[in-house]
Amino acid sequence: MGLAGELRENVRRISVSLLISLGVFVIGLSIGAVLMVIFGYNPLKAYRSLFYGALLERGGLAESISLSIPLMLSGLTFAISAKAGLFNIGAEGQIYLGAIGAVIAGAYLSLPFLLHLIVTTLFAMLLGVAWSLGPALLKIYRGVNEVITTIMFNWIATYLVMYLALNVFYDPQRAERTVTVLPTARYPQLVEYSSLTTAIFAALLLCIVFYVILFKTKIGYELRVYGSNPDAAKYSGISSKKVVLYSFILGGMAAGLAGGLLITGRPPTFALYGTLGNVSGYGFDGIGVALIGRNHPIGIMLSAFLIALLRNGGRYMEFQAGVYSELVRAIIGIIVIALAIPEIYEMVARYMRIRRARRMVE
Amino acid sequence: MMKPWVRRFTGITGTIISVAVLLYIYEKIGLSPKSILQTTFLALTPLLLAALGETINEKGGLVNIGLEGILLMTAVLGVYFAEITHSGWYGLILGALLGGLIGFIFGVISVYGKADQIIVGIGLNLFSLGFVQFFMMAVWAMPGIRIPPKEVIIPPTTISGFRVSLITIVSILLAPIVHYLINETKFGLWLRAAGEAPESLDAAGVSVEKIRITGATIGGLLTGLGGAFMSLAWFGGVVKEISAGRGFIALAIMVASGLRPLYALLFSFIFGFAEATAIAISLTPGVKEVVPYHLILMIPYIVTLATVSIFMGRARFPKALGLPYRRE
Repeated sequence: MGLAGELRENVRRISVSLLISLGVFVIGLSIGAVLMVIFGYNPLKAYRSLFYGALLERGGLAESISLSIPLMLSGLTFAISAKAGLFNIGAEGQIYLGAIGAVIAGAYLSLPFLLHLIVTTLFAMLLGVAWSLGPALLKIYRGVNEVITTIMFNWIATYLVMYLALNVFYDPQRAERTVTVLPTARYPQLVEYSSLTTAIFAALLLCIVFYVILFKTKIGYELRVYGSNPDAAKYSGISSKKVVLYSFILGGMAAGLAGGLLITGRPPTFALYGTLGNVSGYGFDGIGVALIGRNHPIGIMLSAFLIALLRNGGRYMEFQAGVYSELVRAIIGIIVIALAIPEIYEMVARYMRIRRARRMVE
Repeated sequence: MMKPWVRRFTGITGTIISVAVLLYIYEKIGLSPKSILQTTFLALTPLLLAALGETINEKGGLVNIGLEGILLMTAVLGVYFAEITHSGWYGLILGALLGGLIGFIFGVISVYGKADQIIVGIGLNLFSLGFVQFFMMAVWAMPGIRIPPKEVIIPPTTISGFRVSLITIVSILLAPIVHYLINETKFGLWLRAAGEAPESLDAAGVSVEKIRITGATIGGLLTGLGGAFMSLAWFGGVVKEISAGRGFIALAIMVASGLRPLYALLFSFIFGFAEATAIAISLTPGVKEVVPYHLILMIPYIVTLATVSIFMGRARFPKALGLPYRRE
């Protein structure tokens, strides 16, 4: 196959991926519409207000982009483990740790701007990594399934961080939340009427770093080999311990950053609520993001925006059509289930084959 | 190496002795041993039912990590069913049937759609998180909480001064029944074959697909009973966080018990006891002020982590677990 053939093959592969992602997106929205009809809502009105709000309302688009920041990062957490054949669903808890880390470093350290911002961001990532080590080590040394341990760590993180927020780092004036991060540790705002800050660049940078690690380094190669064929990996001398450890550390970095940016890069709060209300839910939605983005860092950038659009637009859907915005999470669930069914890909692939055959005949 | 029966004996007596010692200590610090035991039996019920359900599921070769979602949806819809039928028992039965339906759908997707079962389970959990909140808002116009009228709540029965739910007794009896079903019946043999060597079952002329789907349906049914039990016979209402990770604790029980129903009963008791301890500490005056509330709530999850880490590695799982069956 020549260079042109290879290029054509790549284009074909990418367009199949895009078609599948778009296809399941439509499936999700359709089932969401069916649910709305069952419970007596008008789906057309709901979706119209959702998309109008998320894209065209003043600051709507910027807000959608802002919401995609934590989603793309927690998507990376799941994706890097999925590439290694593991299921790290611990992003949720690691985000909480990252958030409290950002509060600690951002509020109690006193450093000049930029340096403070960088230190705070790194400390958030560090706590995220620390929290991901527990499940990684239990997997490596005791063979405990990571699905169970990451969920247990999520629950422990929930109560630990709630405790820290309400009893240790609370704001004496407003006990329902922590102290606020100092202005020197805040990401500057990018777009008016929205919470979009320069934090988006930190998130995009990590996506690119993950891309490079996965596809251009030895450890990334080992990770992918181990994920696609553990036996072959073993025979070629790839250490499963190393793969598990690295994929969890990288995942913890991404989730910790997500938590940190939710505190330092999302005006106007710059603090953590004791209910964890301003940082919760992103870890689970990130799983949907990763799967729609086919566990690829570039795909995840796009799918994070799609999911952020739904979640941001969900608020408008709630105001204007009265449909509770949590329906969006049910739609994400449907999309995830649809993506797990290979028969759906095969349908798309068959369609592509037929189209190509028809083109050749013509 | 200890002989199996010696290990079993040490395990059971060890548990009894530690529970007795703990209860003694609890009484000293002002907690009531009797109420802790009563709560233990309530708390072990959904865990045991879901763990038994998953045991049947996994014996047949399917992994359903969507237990959490099934518990949540059946807890919420169980209340709804009870309210429209004006009967807690109907609510319970319909909740269990809903669980069976979800298990059936999971089975069909996994078997005929040849889906990645872990991903389907994750999707099921995500869906239920969003769906129950949407449902509660759409039907009751309340975000995330519903207290039904008292008459649809199933009260516990009192046996010589000890309050225990009838459903708890049924689920404890189910442990040996499931053990018998798996190990002594023809269906159990087929089920185990579907998990260990599906091609041999196929060669014997039994449909692997049907056996696996039946297993998934029974599994969902039991889990659904556990979910409806929580809202209708334990808490007397439902909040959107009612499942609180119990689906995953049940998975941990199933893993630690190595798919043996009688061990699942023992582990459910341990976890139920841990949860009852947490509840008692957070409610008892004189104790609750000393220990931070949020740290107490971590106890069940820490106990789960510790237990599953200790008992991991002994269990052997079916060979074809999690793999879609494809005919050659």
